[in-house]
Amino acid sequence: MTTPQTQPAVEIRDLHKSFGSLEVLKGIDFEVGHGEVVCVIGPSGSGKSTLLRCVNLLEEPTAGKIWVNGTEMTDPDVEIDSVRRGIGMVFQSFNLFPHLTVLDNLTIAQRRVLRRGRAEAERIARGNLERVGLTDKADAFPAQLSGGQQQRAAIARSLSMDPKLMLFDEPTSALDPELVGDVLTVMRQLAEDGMTMLVVTHEMAFARDVADRVVFMDGGVVVEQGPPQEVLGAPRHERTRSFLSRVLDPTHVAQLGQPDQSAESPEPPRLPADDRHNL
Amino acid sequence: MKLRRRQRERLSLWLQYLAFVAIIAVVIFAADWGRLSEAFFRVDIIESMFPTIITVALRNTILYTLGAFAFGLVFGTVLALMRLSRVAPYRWVATAYIELFRGLPALLVLFLVGYGIPIAFPEREIPGGVFGSIAIGLGLTAAAYMAETIRAGIQAVPKGQMEAARTLGMSHFTAMRTIVIPQAFRIVIPPLTNELILLTKDSSLAYVLGVTAQTIEVTKFGRDTLNDRVNATPLLVAGLTYLIITLPLSQVVRRLELRYAKAR
Repeated sequence: MTTPQTQPAVEIRDLHKSFGSLEVLKGIDFEVGHGEVVCVIGPSGSGKSTLLRCVNLLEEPTAGKIWVNGTEMTDPDVEIDSVRRGIGMVFQSFNLFPHLTVLDNLTIAQRRVLRRGRAEAERIARGNLERVGLTDKADAFPAQLSGGQQQRAAIARSLSMDPKLMLFDEPTSALDPELVGDVLTVMRQLAEDGMTMLVVTHEMAFARDVADRVVFMDGGVVVEQGPPQEVLGAPRHERTRSFLSRVLDPTHVAQLGQPDQSAESPEPPRLPADDRHNL
Repeated sequence: MKLRRRQRERLSLWLQYLAFVAIIAVVIFAADWGRLSEAFFRVDIIESMFPTIITVALRNTILYTLGAFAFGLVFGTVLALMRLSRVAPYRWVATAYIELFRGLPALLVLFLVGYGIPIAFPEREIPGGVFGSIAIGLGLTAAAYMAETIRAGIQAVPKGQMEAARTLGMSHFTAMRTIVIPQAFRIVIPPLTNELILLTKDSSLAYVLGVTAQTIEVTKFGRDTLNDRVNATPLLVAGLTYLIITLPLSQVVRRLELRYAKAR
């Protein structure tokens, strides 16, 4: 467990982001504490991926400030390469380097960026491969792995840089349903080991079971946030209720475009015991 | 009589074979083999061309080609990176260069390097003599073509590759060098091989630089022998010699593509 510090791991103040005339983020404020696991949920187009990509400056914010581990990312003079070393990122499409073996995928940045020797880099890489259950795949090329294995290798690649914060951008959205579980298991283990995690996801069961806090975004703003049992179990806002009912019970169309308002079910549908594949 | 579909297909196939055999037969019987073999296949002339055509002419053709290819590849990569640069003047210069040199005949550029530069700077010499002049002369043109190919290859590497590399803390330059460019080169192997084959044939332009017995290449060697013996056999031999280079090249590329297919 990381020791609590005065600065939160991530602090976002009045963040705006526009693509041309399209305003995607309309003033976001929130924090992620050290060792905290925060899941960001919301309909597509709500700006949650853009928010995540602003945190490590893959997208340049239009206005507002972001601090990560006490460093202001939005400072124009920030040493971006050195700050990014402390921030791991896992992409929806894995983005492993296809021309390198799995082991080389895990060592190349350690050697080029952290200047670790080959032996040390490989030792750390193999340790992380063991952590994600891919010990026997070190010499394989990414194309020879299943999607789930590729994503676990990508997580191990990020972990090899010893990040203090991990960003996950819909890490299971590109996976076949039967491969989702392995990736989520790795992420759950990571959370239990005390990693600070900011996760954009559609996996409601993961958010409910693993997150310390759930943030619901819609239309470029944070609509509500709080412990998962509140946001997912007893949402206060109509937009949250409507989103959850669409996600958790997609075949139940009360009225086209209208949330289910029938008298006998004022509550959103209860989370099923395992709604992992409910998308 | 009504034929069934399979019978019709079989009949059509046989007719085509028949037509083919008939054409071959006409060529074989109508041609004047005596005069053809006298003009193109004099065994004594073929024998007289060996081993020089291999040990000197073919060797030089390969050297000129590789020299021009290496120069073009390095310079073309630089031009490609300039075209993709954030620095606008780099982009302008690279674009202007590419447009200019794609529009000039390779022969004219070779004259420029071989004669223009020595006239302008008589006190200086292009390193490597004929080899240096041809490597630079042909390489300048090849670089313009290769630059566009390499640029397309770099842009064909998915954006996520650069993002993943940057996320791991790599600088733009390191990410380009270790992640993007190696993948781009795998993509452009087939078009670059095409360029190599074109250069092999363009190396025959070396004769305009005034080659000697030591620096002679295949085409010039064939033509000189033709002049000596007043016979066309040397041209046939020279032509077949080029195939010694280009046919294995296609084979090597097929192998490379298969090997890289695993790592893609």
